[in-house]
Amino acid sequence: MFRSIHAAFALAASVLVCFMAVTGAVLSVNPATETAAAAGGRASVTVADVAAMAASTHGEVERIVQTASGRVIAYTTAADGTAAAYTIDPATGAATGSYNSGGFFSFFAELHRSLFLGDGGRIVAGLAAAALLILSLSGVVILVRRLGGWRHLFGLARGSSRQRLHVNLARLAVVGMMLSAITGLYMSLVTFGFVGDGSIAFLPFPAGVDGGMPTAITNLAALRDTPLAALRELVFPYPGDTGDVFTLTTSAGVGFVDQATGALLDFIPSSLGQRLYEAIYLLHTGEGAWWLGLVLGTAALMVPVMAVSGIAIWWRRRRGQPRLRNNSRAAAADAVILVGTEGNSTWGFAGALHAGLTAAGRKVHTTTMNGLATTYPRAEHVFVLTSTHGDGAAPSTARQFLARLTHWKGGSPRFTVLGFGDRSFPKFSQYAIEVEAALEAKGWVPFEAMTTIDRQSSQAFERWGSGIGKATGTSLELVHAAEQPRTARLVLEGRVDYGAEVQAPTVVLRLVPGAPSRKRIPGRRIEGAIGRFEPGDLVGILPPGTSVPRYYSLASSSADGIVEICVRKQPGGVCSEFLHGLEPGDTVNAFVKRNPDFRPARGRKPIILIGAGTGIAPLVGFIGGNLRHRPMYLYWGGRDPQSDFLYGPTLAEMQRSSRLTRLVTAFSRVVDGRAYVQDRVREDAAVLRTLMSRGAQIMVCGGRDMAAGVRAAVEEVMAPLGIDVGTLKAGGRYLEDIY
Amino acid sequence: MNKLLAALAVTTALFAPSLAMAKTVNISGQMANYQGQAAYLAIYVTDAAGTFQRTLYVGGTNARYYRDMRAWARGVATVGRLDGITGASVGSGRSFSVSVEIADALIDAGYQIRVDSAVENGQVFAATPTIPLAQSSSGQAFTGSGYVAALTVAM
Repeated sequence: MFRSIHAAFALAASVLVCFMAVTGAVLSVNPATETAAAAGGRASVTVADVAAMAASTHGEVERIVQTASGRVIAYTTAADGTAAAYTIDPATGAATGSYNSGGFFSFFAELHRSLFLGDGGRIVAGLAAAALLILSLSGVVILVRRLGGWRHLFGLARGSSRQRLHVNLARLAVVGMMLSAITGLYMSLVTFGFVGDGSIAFLPFPAGVDGGMPTAITNLAALRDTPLAALRELVFPYPGDTGDVFTLTTSAGVGFVDQATGALLDFIPSSLGQRLYEAIYLLHTGEGAWWLGLVLGTAALMVPVMAVSGIAIWWRRRRGQPRLRNNSRAAAADAVILVGTEGNSTWGFAGALHAGLTAAGRKVHTTTMNGLATTYPRAEHVFVLTSTHGDGAAPSTARQFLARLTHWKGGSPRFTVLGFGDRSFPKFSQYAIEVEAALEAKGWVPFEAMTTIDRQSSQAFERWGSGIGKATGTSLELVHAAEQPRTARLVLEGRVDYGAEVQAPTVVLRLVPGAPSRKRIPGRRIEGAIGRFEPGDLVGILPPGTSVPRYYSLASSSADGIVEICVRKQPGGVCSEFLHGLEPGDTVNAFVKRNPDFRPARGRKPIILIGAGTGIAPLVGFIGGNLRHRPMYLYWGGRDPQSDFLYGPTLAEMQRSSRLTRLVTAFSRVVDGRAYVQDRVREDAAVLRTLMSRGAQIMVCGGRDMAAGVRAAVEEVMAPLGIDVGTLKAGGRYLEDIY
Repeated sequence: MNKLLAALAVTTALFAPSLAMAKTVNISGQMANYQGQAAYLAIYVTDAAGTFQRTLYVGGTNARYYRDMRAWARGVATVGRLDGITGASVGSGRSFSVSVEIADALIDAGYQIRVDSAVENGQVFAATPTIPLAQSSSGQAFTGSGYVAALTVAM
């Protein structure tokens, strides 16, 4: 629900909110410039000093105003009635410049307050503040849920680059945005009289004015007793009117000063409402706290970036929702698909299942898990497809599922649960497990045990489909590629083979664009064909005659002008056999899938790269790009240095050119000293502890078993430091790319 | 929308019957060209000595700025109520026009129409222009040296 509120307000109000944010950011600079222009160091100066000085220098002073930023302005009227205003030096009373109420900031102030549209514009400005507040609050709720609770609020943001941008900016700026929104809303309510500001429109003229000859300003006691720092405004009496008085406004209140006796008449202290208004005014404008102004202005500048990234995220998510053909009514369906998803990725799989079952002649009803009915009278099979959100929580379209299940009256349907998740997270498919248990507790009967799909694997989904087909007596063919990509034709330029002697045939393939291009620089040519990429990104390969891509980690960046991957031949593997059969000049269809969560952190801190077999591909790419000679340590495991030492000569060259600091290898099929890479991690414990205490980052790439072994080894090695892998992961210092 | 407006509605209702012996007067004005935000202005009646009688028109709805128009605001404070019409503040170079009721007894009896004007972070002008409240003033443009450059009263 919060997500829909967030999206609805963003779509309706983003242009307006951005406009207010940008004009507000411009205005936020004003207090700093004002403060810089104000003269400093005058603790002992009193209002009497300044008033007397100004009066003697500028003739007929009408009033003296001190802005919140400390500038003192004298408004004067010349003998011919023309008015002027000067900023004055409070120490001397001398004019430091003429003061003009118009100008740049005044223009933006009016633009920000009313868009030059009068009261209508003021209402719009107030609505913008309300919209920003709702966006901030709903955004915080979404963020907290997404990250798995308040404890994780500052955990590592995940997802696409725009999602991370949106989340990271939000965490930086949301407090400032909320402050601006709340105070802006309050000021709007004051403008329209819904909330009082405690001001007195009509000050009663004081009784008991002496009316005698005016005393010299320097001798007026009430003015001498008021330090300049407290002054807001001093209005002079009308010239020649001995019955008139000074009106003195200070931070404490407003009063009148008798120009003959110097006595303070009728002082009215500021009301609570007025103090509140002044405090909120300061918080909104930064006038009186220039640094706050700049902080709020910076936060406001992030609003347009967040609007653009947010709408882009929304658009992608919306595009991810499948159009379901022949979606039956709940009461008529013999198969029901319930979908729990946060980012819509599960919808694609649900759509494929829906299409597959429909093609097999079933009447299918597909809906969100939140849309669970109280009964499905004709359902023979219920399929629950759900991801897990954050720390084991329900994804957004399943959040009410367990509550709704308590109202279930439909008996004991047969069901199965398919959980989606990422095995590298600790609570992998936690919510799916919980749902299966809850359904069984409610008396539902599983016709197939729960299955989990790791990282949207199309292959695993296909396998699940054939199992389900047998269990339900339906001939089911499920084809779903998480994202149907646009592929480019690449040509094999060269290959290097390894590992045949140790039963691990592995090939390093170098691919270049197949289509002719007028671009001269190889990097540009490959970007034109397939887009930008970096080591650690994935390249998807579509073997001829299939629609399900296989992904390989890239060892090169687009700047290198080639696509370089490392492929181990899997017995019966359609794609790996196809790739192993390629000869130079043969073509493949490929596309790039970004993998932004597997990148070295920026900076100069050491990087510890750990991998085995083809897991070396992205790691060698990172080392190749290490032109600034940041400390990089590689731990790699193979079978036999004589046969499958992938990139052996390259790594030696990288050590000579200082791109690689240290290379540690482990081989499992040698006569002497056979070892796995995790053994080397244990042996090197002292070095690794030193590196980690210097803030190093660990990046692991390779198969699942190796990754588990490395994780256990790192856990052991780091235990004396009181660091565990979970903490490192949460801080982005332990990254895994596992297959 | 505003407490003052509410008060205004009540007072207008109370005083409406006494307007039987009144005349509808059209006041139109031309604002000077100046830099800054829309000006607040107060048009009111005083006697020849400048003693406040009643408000005819206030331009600007946010009461926190009323204090700046000191001569008028003090008069309102002594009378204890704000009677008259309230409208919007008026920007540089703009013109405005308003119809008010003035009791016959005030016309040609030595009273004056005065204009105070003020701009946020700007100047404050009192009693400029000042116009004799007399039939002979009708239709004449009186120039002022404040934010209101000229005012015409048509009776």
